[in-house]
Amino acid sequence: MNYFLTEEQQMIKELAARIADEKIAPVAIEYDREGKFPRDIIKYLADSDLCGVYIDDKYGGLGGGVFEMALVVEELSRACGGIALAFAGTGLGTFPIILFGTEEQKNKYLPDIAAGKKLAAFALTEADAGSDAAGIRTTAVADGDYYVLNGTKQWITNGGEADIYTVIACTNREKGARGFSAFIVEKGTPGLSFGKKEDKMGIRASATCELIFENCRIPKENLLAREGMGFIVAMKTLDRTRPGVAAQALGIATGAFNSALKYAKEREQFGQPISSFQAVQHMLADMAIQIEAARCLVYQTCRHIDSGTKNISKEAAMAKVFASDTAMKVTTDAVQIMGGYGYMKEYPVEKMMRDAKITQIYEGTNQIQRNVIALELIKESTRE
Amino acid sequence: MTGIEIIIEKCVGCRLCIKECMFGAIEMKDKKAVINDNCTLCGACVPSCKFDAIRIESDKTQETADISKYNGVWVFAEQKHCAVSQVAFELLGEGRKLADTLSIPLSAVLIGSNLQDEANKLIAFGADNIYYVDNQSVEYYNDESYTDIFVQLIEKYKPEIVLIGATTYGRSLAPRVASRLNTGLTADCTGLAIDPEKRLLLQTRPAFGGNLMATIICPNHRPQMATVRPKVMKPLEPDYSRIGEIIHPDVIIPTDLKTKVLDAVQTVCETVSLTEADIIVSGGRGLGEAKNYALVEELARVLGGAAGASRAIVDAGWVDYSHQVGQTGKTVGPKVYFACGISGAVQHLAGMSSSDIIIAINKDPDAPIFKIATFGIVGDVREILPELIKKFKERLG
Amino acid sequence: MNIVVCVKQVPGTSEVKINKETNTIIRDEAEAIINPFDEYAIEEGVRVKENVGGSVTVISMGIPKTAELLRETIAVGVDEAVLLTDKAFAGADTLATSYTLSMGIKKLGDYDLIICGKQATDGDTAQVGPSLAEKLGVPHTTNVRKIEEIKEGYIRCQRMTDDGYEVVEMPLPAVITVVKEINEPRYPSIKGKLKAKKYEVKILNAEDIGADISLCGLNGSPTRVIKTFTPVHEIKAEMIEGTACEQAEKLADKLLSMQFVKCK
Repeated sequence: MNYFLTEEQQMIKELAARIADEKIAPVAIEYDREGKFPRDIIKYLADSDLCGVYIDDKYGGLGGGVFEMALVVEELSRACGGIALAFAGTGLGTFPIILFGTEEQKNKYLPDIAAGKKLAAFALTEADAGSDAAGIRTTAVADGDYYVLNGTKQWITNGGEADIYTVIACTNREKGARGFSAFIVEKGTPGLSFGKKEDKMGIRASATCELIFENCRIPKENLLAREGMGFIVAMKTLDRTRPGVAAQALGIATGAFNSALKYAKEREQFGQPISSFQAVQHMLADMAIQIEAARCLVYQTCRHIDSGTKNISKEAAMAKVFASDTAMKVTTDAVQIMGGYGYMKEYPVEKMMRDAKITQIYEGTNQIQRNVIALELIKESTRE
Repeated sequence: MTGIEIIIEKCVGCRLCIKECMFGAIEMKDKKAVINDNCTLCGACVPSCKFDAIRIESDKTQETADISKYNGVWVFAEQKHCAVSQVAFELLGEGRKLADTLSIPLSAVLIGSNLQDEANKLIAFGADNIYYVDNQSVEYYNDESYTDIFVQLIEKYKPEIVLIGATTYGRSLAPRVASRLNTGLTADCTGLAIDPEKRLLLQTRPAFGGNLMATIICPNHRPQMATVRPKVMKPLEPDYSRIGEIIHPDVIIPTDLKTKVLDAVQTVCETVSLTEADIIVSGGRGLGEAKNYALVEELARVLGGAAGASRAIVDAGWVDYSHQVGQTGKTVGPKVYFACGISGAVQHLAGMSSSDIIIAINKDPDAPIFKIATFGIVGDVREILPELIKKFKERLG
Repeated sequence: MNIVVCVKQVPGTSEVKINKETNTIIRDEAEAIINPFDEYAIEEGVRVKENVGGSVTVISMGIPKTAELLRETIAVGVDEAVLLTDKAFAGADTLATSYTLSMGIKKLGDYDLIICGKQATDGDTAQVGPSLAEKLGVPHTTNVRKIEEIKEGYIRCQRMTDDGYEVVEMPLPAVITVVKEINEPRYPSIKGKLKAKKYEVKILNAEDIGADISLCGLNGSPTRVIKTFTPVHEIKAEMIEGTACEQAEKLADKLLSMQFVKCK
């Protein structure tokens, strides 16, 4: 399929694919088993300029957008969805700065992120604030030239590993969602500590942990946008990173499909390769159809977002839902085609199936996404 | 005109030559072969043509030194720590055959210090005479001094054929010498023979990682030089009653060298190095994880051999590069080679396929390694290696 | 410091496959690549430049198509790429290649360090490095696994030997050939690739470099290939069956009875 990528996009995709095949695939099973954070892989991405694909060239990036980020995430995820998350999670933590940062904030943080010297993370979720983000308890209280943060963020991707955290905290409890604000918190700030690393079902090479704020004083210039804008910062950010999750799902599905196809051609039963059986052929065909459909939706959504269109929530949600559901289905079928081998930890597809599950859950569960889509549809039809 | 020519009348358009060309330099036009700009004149297509329709010519006969003045087969007797390396004895074995075919003398060139016993040993292994340059300052190998001395000897005594072991030093020295003498050199030969009619040395060597063999001659330049892969040729049974002459040639020992060897560090702790070992046990991906490489080392130790590795596990950081066998690592030719959990990529085969006995142990019965193995065991190396270690320990005491 | 890296275009070895029926190489798919060992040479050149300053020039003798591969080296930090190409260069053996490269390098001007890969994967001769050094009249060290120190007019490096390594020092200019242990070649960067896209490789012919064509190509090559053939592996492996324990037992028996493994 010709996806009509620009020459530069093609370069980005090919380079990411090379790193995925040569550096990530050989270690994916080990990093998953050990829960090892892929510092070494980040170095390769950094040296090849891929860390900054979505950052303006003014700040040392390549000047691409959501699409370029998605292309990298997809290719890396083909080899390991967990390792890819170190990159994608940084994107999630960086977009608030790209979208709402002042010139000073951008100059301060973006060049190091673009160069791969620093990783970022986004801290929204709390124990009681999952799908219902309005339940945030972490507070930020103004105190002279500082804000003082207190509270605990949960399940933060790149937690402990990242150098820059964008944190959503409550500055005015009475205003509800309008009382949230977004802050940049640097690792090493006194009062910021990390909880234990979570033991997860999948994406085990990525670091997930609690962020604990205990009278953590951050300078006022680290406020992103204005007080009360926190919820909007979060929503606008997630609109741009959901295609990233979709791309992660797409990559995982592609990786599983490739393994299954290769296996089906090699595995012989009843004296012939199992790829000659129609039952298997139809499964492979269905997997390929779903992947291609997901890819078209994801790529088109990315282009839609990068074109500067304002209303993107519905499209971003659709891409995320469709690609993640596809990943779950395709990885499950890949395990099925590979039978007993598919179920064994020695082969990568059981890991892909575990990795796929999270894409239906995080950055907004697929149920919440459907709510978003439905509400937008109704809103649009009323407008007409 | 120098170049390649398709003899149109003979070309039948069979396309055989196109398949043979590695550079995509032959195309078909009007059902005839046509050579394009990609041609490197490598000559691979010439024998492929069943109709003798391809001809490569150079535009003039090369300026020929008076080759009739050259006489004798020489072997470079590389030495380290006052011991001549095994490959030199192998070369004497082969050199003897070549010299006898041509009815010319066989000589060894020995450069070093305190090597009288070694000189006698070289005679026992077949040399008619020894050119022995005995000097304290050339005790250790140095590219510059050895090149200088070797070239002086060749210019003075004019050997017809010079054979040098394809060791680290040999492969550094030989091209430097050949380049100074402007003569031909064939690298890493695995077969030598004489064309009795033309009295030419036929030098056969692998190329493309052993996928292709090429026979090379050096028709108009002397000496005809070749480096020869260790462990391929067979030494003669030594005969200490043989009589030979030890000549102390008058050469200028270069002083004031630019290249200085400051230190030599031995990192291979084993008693046997890979290239010298009679038994090699090599491990690959099938070991599962890095710690299982210990099994490979253990079996090698029990058998008194050396431990090797596939590129895959060297790249994965399980074991040091100095253990790597294959095209990008070391080329070995032991009596027995154990390939444990190595699938047998062509690049690996290139480095070990000349072993006498190859034992392949692999889970996958279709692994290419079985195609060249003498004995094959289908199974998990992690189970079989401990058993082998146990068995050999019992038997060998 | 002016660093020159010599590279060669070779058929992609990973693509070399054997036709199982005829035992011949399937060559149709063999795309051209830069000799893998030369990648380490390029990387080392770029690292030396990054450490002590200077520039890296890549030079190759080859067919016109090689220019495309040379251009790609710009993406990993090479400053200039030069291709020596002429019909008169065709059919060169290692001696003629060394002569031609030496003339090309002299044409470039002053040079301090020349780096070659240990050998090329098509011919595996490992001869051009030392031979080139001789033609240039400079010292050389083969199989370098580490540069310990390099400065104006001086290099100290580790040369891999069969049982370890030696520490060798030479005055510059000099030639080194490098083994893959010396470094890990970097990936090209996107910015580098964009730069490479615009780069124009310098093309020089025999006349440009003042080469005597009787010393180039087939005319300048003392050696001739008279025959090529594919080796036939006729061995049929004897498979040893049974449990792991039985297999080990049988194999030990065989090796001991064949006297390949002897009691101490």
